[in-house]
Amino acid sequence: MDILTQQLINGLVLGSVYALVALGYTMVYGVLELINFAHGEVAMVGAMICLAVIGGLVESGVGLNGISIVLLGLAAAVLVCMVLGFVIERIAYRPLRRAPRLAALITAIGVSIVLQNVAMLIWGKQYISFPPLLPVVRYELGGAVVTNFQIFIFLLSCALMAGLFLLVKKTHLGRAMRATAQAQDVAGLMGINVNTIISITFVIAAALAAVAGVMVSAYYGLAHYYMGFLLGLKAFTAAVLGGIGNIAGAMLGGLLLGVIESLGAGYIGPLTGGFLGSNYQDVFAFFVLILVLIARPSGLLGERVVERA
Amino acid sequence: MSFLEIRNMQVAYGGIQAVKGVDLRVESGELVSLIGANGAGKTTTLKSLCGLLAPSQGEIIYQGENINAKPSYELVRRGISLVPEGRGIFGRLTVEENIKIGAYIRQDKTGIQADMQRTYDLFPRLFERRHQQAGTLSGGEQQMLAIGRALMSRPRLLLLDEPSMGLAPMLVKKIFETIKRIVEEGVTLLLVEQNAKLALEISQRAYVMESGKIVLSDSASALLKNPSVQHAYLGG
Repeated sequence: MDILTQQLINGLVLGSVYALVALGYTMVYGVLELINFAHGEVAMVGAMICLAVIGGLVESGVGLNGISIVLLGLAAAVLVCMVLGFVIERIAYRPLRRAPRLAALITAIGVSIVLQNVAMLIWGKQYISFPPLLPVVRYELGGAVVTNFQIFIFLLSCALMAGLFLLVKKTHLGRAMRATAQAQDVAGLMGINVNTIISITFVIAAALAAVAGVMVSAYYGLAHYYMGFLLGLKAFTAAVLGGIGNIAGAMLGGLLLGVIESLGAGYIGPLTGGFLGSNYQDVFAFFVLILVLIARPSGLLGERVVERA
Repeated sequence: MSFLEIRNMQVAYGGIQAVKGVDLRVESGELVSLIGANGAGKTTTLKSLCGLLAPSQGEIIYQGENINAKPSYELVRRGISLVPEGRGIFGRLTVEENIKIGAYIRQDKTGIQADMQRTYDLFPRLFERRHQQAGTLSGGEQQMLAIGRALMSRPRLLLLDEPSMGLAPMLVKKIFETIKRIVEEGVTLLLVEQNAKLALEISQRAYVMESGKIVLSDSASALLKNPSVQHAYLGG
């Protein structure tokens, strides 16, 4: 088996999920200059809701096939998380709109802790397994193996990213979002209701996070109340790598981080003579974060045009 | 009843009482200017008119309705548009996107298209640069863009804050010609300017503001001849 091809495939799949979550960080940062540290937890809630719905449907014995059940779970996760995103912004961040930046940041961490603990109370501390509703099909690809799950995750992520990109670049709403991100007061003067745009941004970000959370739990076959922490941190790293606030940057950063992580995990064993194993996979994300912060804090695509006075 | 009437408006801004009681009116179709030194409270007055600041006291009556402290996104829909000091263009949007976003509140596609064409006719430079990021424009071009963008909402009352600021004399002339043309097309205009001479030359009436208060108001031609105005603001 070809390690390089295999790890590239794994990395792109994982990276596309990071990218979806990273988009949420970057969009919210764009409109509020806030790192929404609760964002990873929204993905976790998405996974949990999906599993709860799937579990309920399986137990109730309705005659649905596996795909329909998973899709219903995904839809429920997206809807619940959209509401959650809206509510979080409304009750936690909006009252702090004029407060010092640090207050909102600490609140974000607080929201994250609250969501983790609520999830723990509802779903417990144990790992919840994703029921084997969907048959895994393996395909050979250039000496590597790719599963139907991986293909689906990658394609759905790419489709969502493309959709978001078009929304932001080409539509009336997207223009309003970009204007709001640049100058809220002036956006208001154009007739844009800035509060509505910020709410919409949170709702879209939460929907993407929900999809990502479901995909991660389906991919690894597990969900856990704490899973949002690492996922969120890695997605944040991806957003910073691409240039926080930059949508294309979040996509690029996500994919890149996934590939770096996979290649790192694949080669760290042979390179260290077996001293370090692939369980060090998570180290690479933070190594990348530190490197970016030292060498290029604005990120890969984070360069801004010079604005003349 | 006046088109716009401000009664005893007071505004605190950043802990300072920037406007300490302004009475001002603008009739439909007029070009009125508000002149005064730096820090007199002119910008604060304009910001209160378009909902960016909330007066602590007084009334702003626009078309017979008190609009005090209404949010700006609502006031645009009632026809009030501000060209802010420093232009406030969206630097990372293209020139064309800036113009389109000026028409955010409108649904009539053909009307918007026609008005975009009109903006490009008014400012051919903007047409040449329509696909450029607006942040790369020169100061004069940005001012043109800010005015063009504000007109895209089809305002009934246009508020202009220091349109001449930082511009070369040739460009200032061009901007002021455009202002005259806008008024001729039926838009009511309130102009805030430090360049008092230019402002008075194109206005019908004007108010002079000092330390947060209106200290003089008269026809523009009378103010141009007023010795104290000449002394303080016209370099005479």
